[in-house]
Amino acid sequence: MWKWLHPYANPEVSYHFAGKLLPWLSALAALFLTIGLVWALAFAPADYQQGDSFRIFYIHVPAASLSMGIYLGMAIAAFTSLVWQFRLADASAAALAPIGATFTAIALITGSAWGKPMWGTWWIWDARLTSELILLFLYLGVMALHSAFEDKNLAGKAAGILTLVGVINLPIIKYSVEWWNTLHQGSTVIKLGKPSMSVDMLWPFLFCFVGFILLVTFIVCIRFRSEILARNSIRPWVRTLVSEHIQKENNNAV
Amino acid sequence: MQFDSFSAFIDMGGYGFYVWLSFGVTTALLFTLIISSIIGHKRVIKNIAQRSQREDKLRQVRTQRQKQDKELKAKLSKEVTE
Repeated sequence: MWKWLHPYANPEVSYHFAGKLLPWLSALAALFLTIGLVWALAFAPADYQQGDSFRIFYIHVPAASLSMGIYLGMAIAAFTSLVWQFRLADASAAALAPIGATFTAIALITGSAWGKPMWGTWWIWDARLTSELILLFLYLGVMALHSAFEDKNLAGKAAGILTLVGVINLPIIKYSVEWWNTLHQGSTVIKLGKPSMSVDMLWPFLFCFVGFILLVTFIVCIRFRSEILARNSIRPWVRTLVSEHIQKENNNAV
Repeated sequence: MQFDSFSAFIDMGGYGFYVWLSFGVTTALLFTLIISSIIGHKRVIKNIAQRSQREDKLRQVRTQRQKQDKELKAKLSKEVTE
């Protein structure tokens, strides 16, 4: 049943597959983000309590949920690599870390810029904000470990263990608004029962969210390809690919 | 359209600074990430190319040395037999 997946365990096949996805992903991400962000900024109605400041929601919430989603993906990759010695999983975990760190930073900064007009402060040591800050430090630690070892397999192992230990932070972030009394508001989008958001606010959010997911996939593909090349640099297929690339570049320069 | 004029759009009902700060920082960070990923990919390719060039050169030097050694040995053995 899973036989069709087997060829993708080959780094060369994965490299070319990711390369083929790049133009599609970039075009779709640009399309969805343009529609979503223009809709969010100019056409979505203002919130009855928060006015136009609520438009920050359209980047804050996707960035925050992606910061956790990317960590989960990285943890699954790290687990696969540690248990089954699957080298490509290491490459994808290393590709994901800087992207997750960027989205965590975006969630923190936009949250801060939203908190100032709504709560009257840029920062507060509240459960949700603090646990999200710890997530940023976990990402930075994983990135540091990936680049701390010359031997990429060793680096992957060390970073993988840190990643798996850090998974404990994910439920803490998710449920922090329920477990503790926090300033941060509860979940708006996913709520069982009555929809808590009006439809003309929800649609632009969905466009932004899908757009950000596509953008993440696009950047993952770029970084995943670099990681594959760096980890297989002595293989003949990489050598021919690189020499062809350099030749093409020289021809263009002349 | 929620806004009557362009200046109202920029003002964002008084929250303009915070809204545009958020959108600006997000755009800047994402652009930096994309550009650095593309530059990083090119750097990886360049590094591998440099390394393979270096290895080619080392291999060339090694074969040349072996050739010289062989010639020297042949010369010496000839002198000895003479």
